[in-house]
Amino acid sequence: MASTDMVDKDVLVDIFTRADLIMQSDIKFRQMIGAGQLQIVYYPVRGQEVVSSAMMAAVNQDDYLVTIYRGLHDQLAKGIPSKELWAEFAGKMTGTCKGKGGPMHITHPATGVMVTTGIVGSGIPIANGLGLASQLEKDGKVTVCCFGDGATNIGAFHEGLNMAQIWKLPVIFLCQNNLYGEHTHMRDTTGSASIKQRGEGLGMRSVQVNGNDASAMYTAAKEAVDHARAGNGPTLIEAMTFRFHGHLLGDTSHYIPKEEMEQAKKDDPMPILRQQLLDLQISEADVAAIEAKNAAIIEEAAQFALDSDYPPGDEYRIDVLDVEIAA
Amino acid sequence: MSDTAEKPKDIMFAQALNMAMNKAMADDPKVILLGEDIADKEGGGVFKVTAGLSGTYGTDRVRSTPISEQAIVGAAVGAALVGYKPVAEIMLMNFITVAMDQIVNHAAKLRFMSGGQTSVPLTIRTTTGAGTGLGGQHSDMLEAWLAHVPGLKVVAASNPQDAYGLLYSSIMDDNPVIFIENTPGYFVKGPAPAADHTVPLGKASIPREGTDITLIGYGSAISRCHAAADKLAEDGISCEIVDLRTIAPFDEETVLKSVAKTKAAVVVHEAVRSFGTGAEISSRIHEELFSELRAPVGRVGSGYAPVPFSPAIEKAWMFSQDDIEREVHKILG
Repeated sequence: MASTDMVDKDVLVDIFTRADLIMQSDIKFRQMIGAGQLQIVYYPVRGQEVVSSAMMAAVNQDDYLVTIYRGLHDQLAKGIPSKELWAEFAGKMTGTCKGKGGPMHITHPATGVMVTTGIVGSGIPIANGLGLASQLEKDGKVTVCCFGDGATNIGAFHEGLNMAQIWKLPVIFLCQNNLYGEHTHMRDTTGSASIKQRGEGLGMRSVQVNGNDASAMYTAAKEAVDHARAGNGPTLIEAMTFRFHGHLLGDTSHYIPKEEMEQAKKDDPMPILRQQLLDLQISEADVAAIEAKNAAIIEEAAQFALDSDYPPGDEYRIDVLDVEIAA
Repeated sequence: MSDTAEKPKDIMFAQALNMAMNKAMADDPKVILLGEDIADKEGGGVFKVTAGLSGTYGTDRVRSTPISEQAIVGAAVGAALVGYKPVAEIMLMNFITVAMDQIVNHAAKLRFMSGGQTSVPLTIRTTTGAGTGLGGQHSDMLEAWLAHVPGLKVVAASNPQDAYGLLYSSIMDDNPVIFIENTPGYFVKGPAPAADHTVPLGKASIPREGTDITLIGYGSAISRCHAAADKLAEDGISCEIVDLRTIAPFDEETVLKSVAKTKAAVVVHEAVRSFGTGAEISSRIHEELFSELRAPVGRVGSGYAPVPFSPAIEKAWMFSQDDIEREVHKILG
């Protein structure tokens, strides 16, 4: 993994602002689910905030995102409005998808969030289609496609990366390698030593980066985006990271050795990034103001989700086809 | 695919499909084609259905792909989400099994799960059909699987004119459509469509009117229904034929109106009879017209087995004109 100089202060602040919103949102979701205020299956993102925040800081709002069920960090980093996101998680009519998608299927084209899939690896072929459309349109957009290390064992990964490579599609395949596919360590499921090697085997420009290092991650992301926008094709980024709260909420991470978890928490990217801001002479008051603003956004969003109405039952007949289904 | 001298206005089914795609691509620059070997450099499709289109519209819009069904359908889904109207060719229907995740979990559901923010105006063309000795993995009729998925339309034409109109409508439809072609049927000829000929989705036709019994079918069943109806007419039995054309959602109104008139019906399809689309159509007729029927609705389909290779077994397995006649006689006593 290449070490990188620290990126500009403004970029770091931007990344921190996104990442803190994600961290606080994750904490709040876990609190509310624990308190019985929300009854949902939740895939925690604590620990992976910096990967998506640095990636999305390197793209524009009208660039596309395809992500997965563990996607809260990607969606928030991409700029999806918190109120609609929270309402969708809660299954409310005011949600991004009128309560018909839920946490695993968030869509919000206005911020480029085109698909969130609950099927491991399936977003990869679809990201190619978005990239193909951009290539044909010559609109200069790129597509970011997020998935985990586990997805690289499924056929769609290999079919999808191969097609992206032969057609030089403007897609950034962001593998967030948290080392565990559900409960199984990568070393027990993956024949290659790295995911990067798999991309190289498919002929693709591939890099491995410490995804928890904001500067290194942003630099890798920016290079991949520039490469794609210039018409040079896709990049596979293997961003090393970790998840602190298991595959889904309630998972005790019993399969992760204690020392490994302790070390990962010592390397928690959030306090490190926060300290980097302070080291760059950003005042404690300014950082605290970012955090307070995020907290207010989340409070408002959570309350909006709780206060909003559920969709009427008849809503199931709408959006199946382009015409309403008869009762 | 040249016209015969005797019947200058007749064209082959495959040619009608080619004409429909040609018109769609000329009318709308958002129509693109993806599939294995579909560009002319690779032969214009294994059955030449896309021949010439890459020459006219370029290989950006008519793209030969790797043998990679998930990637083909996935790319088509993604492009459809942002305004393209992709036509993905999955060479043979059995190969859609490889892409079922993209079709069932994504193409069919993204409109609904996004609350209508996105849609997938995608057409998947695929061919299949027994009778050509291709055996168990190149001949299956899997329309019932697809018709069972909310959000998908399923279409099968029985003649070149309908093929032209239905494929054009499928491409322009804002929903994902599975367009099922019939491999032996590619070479069947019929009257050529006028350039502006259209056939709406969801609307059945009645190619033969009759009074004693309604034969309901689609695709490869229709020619056998006609042959059976000719034969039954010799016995004084008048058959009405309903060609569904769109399998899902099917035209209940036309079906029920016809059966309300004839008071007897047989549903015919090439697919395996058990759990086939015939069961759904038959059930809908019973639900609406039970007290008016002279006998329970009959069903004709192929046997409960994979499509056999040896011609002798394939013939025994496959639904036939004789099966239709036998079923009609059984129902009418």
